[in-house]
Parts: sequence; structure tokens; C-alpha cells
Amino acid sequence: MKVAVEELFYSYPGKDVLKGVTLGLVETEIICIVGPNGSGKSTLVKCVEGLQHPRSGRVLFDGVDAAKLSRVEIARLIGYVPQSSSQLFSASVFDTVMMGRKPHYSWRCSDEDVDIVSDILQMMELDDLAMDDYNNLSGGQQQRVLIARALAQEPQLLLLDEPTSALDISHQLEVMEIVHELVHSRKIGVMMVIHDLNLASRYADRIVMLHNGLVYAAGTAEDTLTEANIEEVYGVEADIHCHNGTLSVIPVRRVSGMRNPVLQAAGV
Amino acid sequence: MSNVEVLNTRSLHLKEVYNKHRFKKRLFVIILIPIVILLIGLAVAFGSADISFTDVYKAIFRRIVPSLAGGADAGHADIIIWKLRLPRILMGLLAGVALGSAGAVMQVVLRNPLADPYMLGISSAAGFGASLAIVLGVGVFAGPYLIIGNAFLFSLLSSALILALSGRRGASPESMILTGLALLFFFQAMTTIIQYFGDSEAVKAAVFWTVGDLGKADWSKLAITAPLVFVGEVLLIWKSGDLNIMNTGDSSAKSLGINVQGTRIFTMIVCTIMVAGIVSFTGTIGFIGLVSPHLVRMIIGTDNRILVPASGLVGAVLLVLADTIARTILSPVILPVGSVTAFLGVPLFVYLIMKRKGGLA
Repeated sequence: MKVAVEELFYSYPGKDVLKGVTLGLVETEIICIVGPNGSGKSTLVKCVEGLQHPRSGRVLFDGVDAAKLSRVEIARLIGYVPQSSSQLFSASVFDTVMMGRKPHYSWRCSDEDVDIVSDILQMMELDDLAMDDYNNLSGGQQQRVLIARALAQEPQLLLLDEPTSALDISHQLEVMEIVHELVHSRKIGVMMVIHDLNLASRYADRIVMLHNGLVYAAGTAEDTLTEANIEEVYGVEADIHCHNGTLSVIPVRRVSGMRNPVLQAAGV
Repeated sequence: MSNVEVLNTRSLHLKEVYNKHRFKKRLFVIILIPIVILLIGLAVAFGSADISFTDVYKAIFRRIVPSLAGGADAGHADIIIWKLRLPRILMGLLAGVALGSAGAVMQVVLRNPLADPYMLGISSAAGFGASLAIVLGVGVFAGPYLIIGNAFLFSLLSSALILALSGRRGASPESMILTGLALLFFFQAMTTIIQYFGDSEAVKAAVFWTVGDLGKADWSKLAITAPLVFVGEVLLIWKSGDLNIMNTGDSSAKSLGINVQGTRIFTMIVCTIMVAGIVSFTGTIGFIGLVSPHLVRMIIGTDNRILVPASGLVGAVLLVLADTIARTILSPVILPVGSVTAFLGVPLFVYLIMKRKGGLA
């Protein structure tokens, strides 16, 4: 499925968050959205998912305006993996992943749904945990369950909101490897908000750098993760090295005073 | 075995475990139904006038198929069973079902394990309506439904206010709970003012009204509450699959295709009408709506499709048991059931919390 985001504007009362964001995504492509806090990354993902409605602009799935689709129709196209999700009364892992089948059945699941879920649990190596309570799992395991639930939706686009932020380095790599593998085995597109620039440079086909609600730079890691861009967008001086064909970004220090948004707003 | 075979057997095993788990949950409900029927018979048999267990079923059977059992017998036992005990116990059954199921739904919809069916100010508003009728004689309906009608209308009014006010803020659980709490205090204050100026006999009657009691039940009241509870229950079970997904949070549920706000408001309206109907006839019976859902969750887990009906049935069992104790413990004095549910429920609840390490969820 081709995804096109056209001239998206979004504002909270008193604050413009997105000021005309345009980007596109094709099948089997991983796009990482990076940018400082408050640059509009999560809002962009939520607008694509339809959780928030843009003031103007459109999101198109294979040319169809997302605003014309019902919640269930969107749920069949997009699997959304939130940053974290807590359950008030904990369901089992199996039942949690089964929720991903909900857009495809109405009141009760069929044997086919049970088959699909148990296949996904095995693929994600969650079968030993299948009957455990979701709330009792570790952060990394919960993240895998949420990805499994999104896969159970059989989506054509996977949206991930900072999937690695709560994980240790081993689980960070694990989650990224899983996503990378899925993109090619299932021919889906991935749009991911991520803070870790090194993970982004290693796994992204394209990086979109947001700054003050606008696309500041977009392209390969080499095009976007430059010292000049990082200084401008994050206000951080960084060393960028090429190691085994992947860029790694080492932050050195904050550029003094000038870019402090509080001072800027106060007109200092 | 090859790799593929290993995978297949693991997959089969997984499905088997899951299906067994599903069957167990259903079995719990299937077992509860005969328990409830048996309990009705037992509860009717217990009381200050001695009636045997078999007499109860004979009397019931005689009424349902008079030709087979040799015509209706209007004996002493028959009158006690039909006029006094059975309506009371059936009202208890209906109240238990309504409170138990509504409690389970409210806890999920308001995202609060402490939520109960009275969370939206239903009981205090009903108490205010009843006080208005008892103390001042003011009401919307005249005649026998003066008090009941007032209680019902005011509890609906309270819930409608809450839904309207919190609806402006996106109907979030927090805004509902907070406006509910505010209205609860408001109606309590109003009730106090009315009672302050009322004469002592009327105030006593008004206070007694608010303590839940099944003694006012009769067949004509059952004819109103039974369809109300039945329809409400069906609607709640219909939405229970969506409630499972709302349990994971609003944005998660939305991304899985659920109309979160619509479902929240719909289930709240159904719960309100059902519980307001019950409260108007029985007064406030506490604790059933809080305890039954937690009890059932401890046994079968959190699947609302089973939890909602099962929690209703457990609520019915608890309430009928509590009422049987209320009728017999100080016989011939009959205590109001509202005072006994807490006596029965609190130790049970505390025991379960202490026994379970992982907390309520």
C-alpha cells in the first residue's frame, strides 16, 4: 500500500504542531521519523492513524482519503504499536494478540483467528508466554506482544511510536530486527517514530527529520544525519562517523544558549 | 522430527491450551445457572415459617402446570411461597444480576477498579427523589408510584447531567468520575436539607427507604423490573467484546477499530437505566456491584464476554444469600438486605485481596 501525507496542518489550542508536512511511503520501506521533543513526530503518527484529525491536509492510502474510511477500515489497513499500553485488568498474552483480530470479526473469533494468532505467537517467540498475564511481562516482552497484536490485524502499514524507548540495547536490536524482517517477509510499509539516531541510521530506508512542525530534511541517513542538520535541529554539536557502512552519531555538547527554546520564546 | 513437524506440534499444543482455557471460562457460567436455580428453592424454603425444600418446587410446579399436579392448591405454604417469599427472592435475583453486570461494565468503562453501579450518583439522586416524595409529598407520578417514580427520574436526571457535562470534555473516565462525585455530594446535601425540615416519622421513613430492602417486592413490580434487567443484560453482553479492547486504553482501542466514546456512553446509559430501575424499587444495596466482578475475575480472568453475565449471576447468588441471612438471623425480625451485603461482602473481599499478591487486577 502506498501512503501519502499531503500538506498536513495540525494545531492544539494556542500552538501549531504540524505546519504543512508532506511525505510518502511505499511497500517494503522503513521510514524513521526523527526530531527533538515537541517537533510533531507523535502528532504526525496519530494523524496518519486517524487518532487525531488534522486541521487541513490529507492522508491517502493507495489514493483513498483516510478521512473517508471508518475506524474498522483503518484498523484493517494499519497496525499501530503505541509506546506502551497498560491494561487495567490484565488479559492473557493470547487474548491480547487476539484483539488484533477484532477488526476482522464481529462478536466472536473463529478457529481461523485462533490459527492466525498462534502462528504469530510462534513467529514472535511468545508461545511460551501465551497464557501469562500481559501486565506481568517485562517491558521488552510487552513491546513484542504489542507488535504481535498489530501483526494479527494483518495490516499493510505498521506504525510504531518509539518502540525502543523503554528497552535495553539487546531488546532494542531484537525489536528492530523483527520489524526489519517483517517488512520484507510480509511486504508491508513501516513508519516509525524513534529518538535513537543510531538505530534510525542502521535500519531506516529513509529518515524524515522534523523540526518545528516542518520536514527539515528527508532522505538516506547520509543525506539527513549531517553535523549541520543535527546542530540546527537539536542544537547539539555532534561527531558523525561511518562504521561498517552505517553512520553513528555521537553527541558532543549542546550549542550554548542560542537554541534554548524557552529563551527564544522570551525574545532573549 | 523435522523442524516443521516440531513447529506444527507446538502450534497444536498452543491451540489446545487456548481452547481448553476458553472452555473452562464458559463452564463457569454453565455451572452457575443450576446453582442459582437451586439457591432460589433453598432461599424460599428458609424462613420463619417452616416449609420443606420439596414443597417449594411442588408449589412452583403446581402454578406453572396446574393440570398435571391436580389443580392449584391455595394452602398456607402456597400463600407464603407465592405472595411473600418468591417475589422477594426473584427481586433479589434481578437486583443481583443488574448490579453485578453493571459493576463489571462500569469498572472497565470508567477504567477504575473501585467503580460500582452507583458511581454516577444514581443512589444519592434516587435517595433525594424518594425523600422529596416521602417528606414533602412532592412527586411526578401520583399514587403507588410516587416514591418509585421520583427515585427513578432523579437518578436518570443525575446520570444525564453527568453524561452531558463530561461529554463536553470528550467523555473521559476522569471527567465522568469527578462530575459523578460532585453530583453525589450535591444530592446528599439537598437530601439533608429536606430531611432537616421534615417531621421525624417521615424522615425515619426516608432514611429507611435508602437502606436497600427487598421487602417491598411483589409480582407487579417484578413485571416492570424483569424486562428492564433482561434487555439491559442482553445489550451489555452484546457490547462486552468491545469492552475487552477498551480495557487496553482509549487510543489502543480506537486503533483497533472500536468507537470508544460511543461504546462508553452507550453502556453507561444502559447501566444507568437498569440500575436506576432496580434502585427505585429496592433502595441502595451496596457492595454487590463492586465485589462480584472482582470475585469472577479472580476465578476466570478478564474476558468481559464471560465476565459480564457471570458477574451478574454471582451477584444474584450473593444477594439472595445475603437476603436469606437477613430474613433468618434475627428471626422473626427481618433486617434490610442492604445492611447484610456489607457484612457478608467486606470479610470476603478483604480475604481475597490478602490472599492474592498481585493486587486487584
